[in-house]
Amino acid sequence: MITAAAEERDYLHESYGIKSWLLTKDHKRIGLLYLHTITFFFFLGGIFATLIRVELLTPRGDLVTSDTYNKLFTLHGVMMIFFFMIPSIPASLGNFFLPIMIGAKDLAFPRINLLSWYLLLIGGCLAIYAMLAGGVDTGWTFYTPYSTSYSNGYVIATGLGIFIAGFSSILTGLNFIVTVHRMRAPGMTWFRLPLFVWSNYATALIQVLGTPVIAITMVLLVCERVLHIGIFDPARGGDPVLFQHLFWFYSHPAVYIMVLPGMGVISELISTFSRKPVFGYKFVAFSSVAIAVLGFLVWGHHMFVSGQSVYAALVFSFLSYFVAIPSAIKVFNWTATLYKGSISYATPMLYAFGFIGLFTIGGLTGLFVASLGVDVHVHDTYFVIAHFHYIMVGGTMMAYLGGLHYWWPKMTGRMYPEGFAKLSALTIFLGFNLTFFPQFILGYLGMPRRYHNYPDEFQVLHVMSTAGASVLAVGYLMPLIYFMWSLRYGKIAGPNPWGATGLEWQTSSPPPAHNFDETPIVTHDAYDYAALEAAKVG
Amino acid sequence: MGSELPLFPVQASTVAASVDHLVYYLLAVAIFFSVGIFLSIFYFAVRYRRRSEFEVPANVHGGMTLEIAWTVIPFGLTMIMFVWGASTFFRMSRPPDDAPQVYVIGKQWMWKMQHMEGQREINELHLPLGQAVKLTMTSEDVIHDFFVPAFRTKADVLPGRYTTTWFQPTKPGKYHLFCSQYCGTNHSQMIGWIYVMEPQDYQAWLSGGTGGSLASSGEKLFQDLACANCHHLNDQGRCPNLRNLYGSQVSLTDGTHVLFDEGYIRESILNPSAKIVAGYQPIMPTFQGLVTEENVLQLIEYIKTLTPKPGPQPAGAGKSAQSKKLSKQ
Amino acid sequence: MDSHTETLALREQFETPAQQKEASTLGMWIFLVTEVMFFGGLFLAYTIYRKEFAGAFAVASNTLDVVIGAVNTAVLLCSSYTMVLAVRAAQMGSRRALIVFLILTMVFGGVFLGVKAYEWNQKFEEHHVPGPSFHLDKTTEQGPAQLFFSLYFTMTGLHALHMVVGMGIMLTLLLHAYAGRYTPEYYTPVDVGGLYWHFVDIIWIFLFPLLYLIGRHYH
Repeated sequence: MITAAAEERDYLHESYGIKSWLLTKDHKRIGLLYLHTITFFFFLGGIFATLIRVELLTPRGDLVTSDTYNKLFTLHGVMMIFFFMIPSIPASLGNFFLPIMIGAKDLAFPRINLLSWYLLLIGGCLAIYAMLAGGVDTGWTFYTPYSTSYSNGYVIATGLGIFIAGFSSILTGLNFIVTVHRMRAPGMTWFRLPLFVWSNYATALIQVLGTPVIAITMVLLVCERVLHIGIFDPARGGDPVLFQHLFWFYSHPAVYIMVLPGMGVISELISTFSRKPVFGYKFVAFSSVAIAVLGFLVWGHHMFVSGQSVYAALVFSFLSYFVAIPSAIKVFNWTATLYKGSISYATPMLYAFGFIGLFTIGGLTGLFVASLGVDVHVHDTYFVIAHFHYIMVGGTMMAYLGGLHYWWPKMTGRMYPEGFAKLSALTIFLGFNLTFFPQFILGYLGMPRRYHNYPDEFQVLHVMSTAGASVLAVGYLMPLIYFMWSLRYGKIAGPNPWGATGLEWQTSSPPPAHNFDETPIVTHDAYDYAALEAAKVG
Repeated sequence: MGSELPLFPVQASTVAASVDHLVYYLLAVAIFFSVGIFLSIFYFAVRYRRRSEFEVPANVHGGMTLEIAWTVIPFGLTMIMFVWGASTFFRMSRPPDDAPQVYVIGKQWMWKMQHMEGQREINELHLPLGQAVKLTMTSEDVIHDFFVPAFRTKADVLPGRYTTTWFQPTKPGKYHLFCSQYCGTNHSQMIGWIYVMEPQDYQAWLSGGTGGSLASSGEKLFQDLACANCHHLNDQGRCPNLRNLYGSQVSLTDGTHVLFDEGYIRESILNPSAKIVAGYQPIMPTFQGLVTEENVLQLIEYIKTLTPKPGPQPAGAGKSAQSKKLSKQ
Repeated sequence: MDSHTETLALREQFETPAQQKEASTLGMWIFLVTEVMFFGGLFLAYTIYRKEFAGAFAVASNTLDVVIGAVNTAVLLCSSYTMVLAVRAAQMGSRRALIVFLILTMVFGGVFLGVKAYEWNQKFEEHHVPGPSFHLDKTTEQGPAQLFFSLYFTMTGLHALHMVVGMGIMLTLLLHAYAGRYTPEYYTPVDVGGLYWHFVDIIWIFLFPLLYLIGRHYH
């Protein structure tokens, strides 16, 4: 299974030139193309976040005009969600490692994979065009009738950009599902799959079933705005709340698209850096699928105060508690994996610890908003902002960075500098909590979302939050710098610097273009450290 | 209780305390589990830290009992959250039957309040202490939201429809009112104040107002717009006599029924052919564009006066009088 | 290096032709599921508004020509039949038959689209196209009536767009069939192209009664 010849060049060096990248069919190269794209959108969204936090240092809106502020938070949401978070882990790390982890040569449809990347780019270009031409100010949620009949922003361009990026997501999901079903190596049964594969598979299910609904919603939004067809306009018999139902039918499952792959990364990290199989493997695997399924049943919890019926609200609140349970099961299983393990404090593990802690807090605050009586008070306040940032940033972003550090040596053949990495992990953890914890308090006190100016009494907490954001920004810039540094000056990495199980560690760092010389034959469960040890000693 | 802590807004309504108590429970559960997880991770990470490069720990197999325990117990805890939250929500969704109304119209970027007695306010709402009040709200343009943190209440305000919320203030004072559904440029300036006053002070404030009550303005409109020409008040004309209809079920031409409430009255004024009363022709013209939302509210209040409210009843008879009215038609 | 020779049929990421066929077929089925979800949003909106505005929708629906709609339905069903025959021909290795049936399928598809264009033109002349010049007789609820037609044009338009894409797929299959690409061992593209075509047909089978047959009474 170890690749043989020294003449076999790795995937980075087997061909050169811009065409070999822009027309590649290699899932590993496509993963790197995505990595560049999403990094760009992350920092772009981050610039908007910085401007927002700086404006909020003072209660008066004195840095930018209200219209500009409204565009800032809209673009922050749109860029971060549709062009960073949704693709992030699946399109970069998933693309790179899913085929290798199952023992395949590539995804089922490599050209569709490349198309997916181009679709993200095209959608992204439309969104950037909208931004440069004057921006869009509807909030990333585009509620009607504001977005259809009142906003002066570039709603159509942004809507179309999201529509196109949606197909990028759908095709990635389709590719992953077919690959996992049909291209596993001999002996790689479902229950021998690494949990990272299970998570990406569950995510792919959501991508395939949910994204088309946001697609048609954007189509209807654009039609309404251009042609005034009346579907969301009360003056013509339409219902603005129908838009909310259609929008959230995708956008709630979308948050599981954003967190499930992160959970998959954490399973890998916890296992490797405890040198033990994940406790309760099957429970964690099934939890991923349960989250995907249940996630489709709870969208109305974004609409408790929208005027929908009390009985609908009851059903959605009830089901929202159901969907919380599988996530709790995962947290307990990860923690139990540490028990009697051999714990290393390498940077990826620090991110894993951070994820478990912060995701737990974020998830527990989800229980607050799922509770009808409480949600009435905290809906559309900073409490909700804090809740979802704890999960998306404290959760997924940490998992993403953990995975990036973990697999960096495999992807590039270089180690990152461990000291700086640990420092930036700590900086991010501290900066993050300082930014977002005060927002829970702000929200319960009544500070609404999307407010350009605010009453004076909220200033102290806002200043704390902005201070945290500046620390967080530094924390995020550090990896950008040292990862690039490592490409030239980082220590050369061997095939398995972490001593981990998994097929990706049985190939060279970086892997050869075709992943495996011969199709591997799998005989062990995932995370079988005993077998790995026996193979070494025996 | 919450008024001294800088972490919670003042509790100024009958539901505020319930909401805060539910939050204490949620906090307790959240703190218990977060601290538990944090400590466990910390403890395991230190206790089981890697001491030699080559150690491989023994395999600890998953346990079904443990899995069931940490599934069932959290589920039980969350069900308490659900039931408690739902019951609070029921209370928040059901105004007392006799709560007086205040009408609210949201528009970019201001709040217009109309008291039944005719008082109008902009971005302010004066209320008497201890009296439940029901807000019937609509928007003239986009979706807004009426949020009073001190009362722990919130409801979206929609165009083309009425939505309602209610509260009973329990503490005199001045409380923030925020629009909390993004509505455009000056969303963060669509704010105001709720003034809760002692009953005598409120009466004094009320009588300082000018203009007739909403209902009397509505009566004038009813004549000016010639509604009375078809909707005869003292016999049957070509259109239904509007006396004694409010609150009852009305049969429509397609065989269905509709409740004769504020929403139906508004719809009949602005889109009269939508729901025609059985036995009548669709001859009523629409008044869309001829009347403002305020006018609609005035007409509604007037039409409501055409259905006499039950007089003072002996205790316990109130409910049956109500149901008698509903089954009358 | 790669130990499999890449034939026209076998792509290098696959181990065997059977694996490739299964993957392609599964891929197309999943894509069709996404299409169901895509159209689903429109069907949902239609269902909700139909319930809300039953009267106006019935009046609007009655202005659609049932006979033409039924003819178009029959045309599409025939096209699905010829598509099935095309797949069968490919399976049996009959290149001539495959080409003939693909052409017939395209002919039927073209007829459908032509009839649709005629219908839309009619609607335009009757002022039933939503917009400033919209007017529908026999109802005072112009708003909801317009809503019916907005949904009508959006749904049939989206369907027609999928038909056009389908025609493109048929053309591609036709050209490849002409070039002799398909054999009994490898005709997967015909198979999955057929799946797509049948799906577009099924969407119409739902559209027709929902749009054309509300509250129809035949005396």
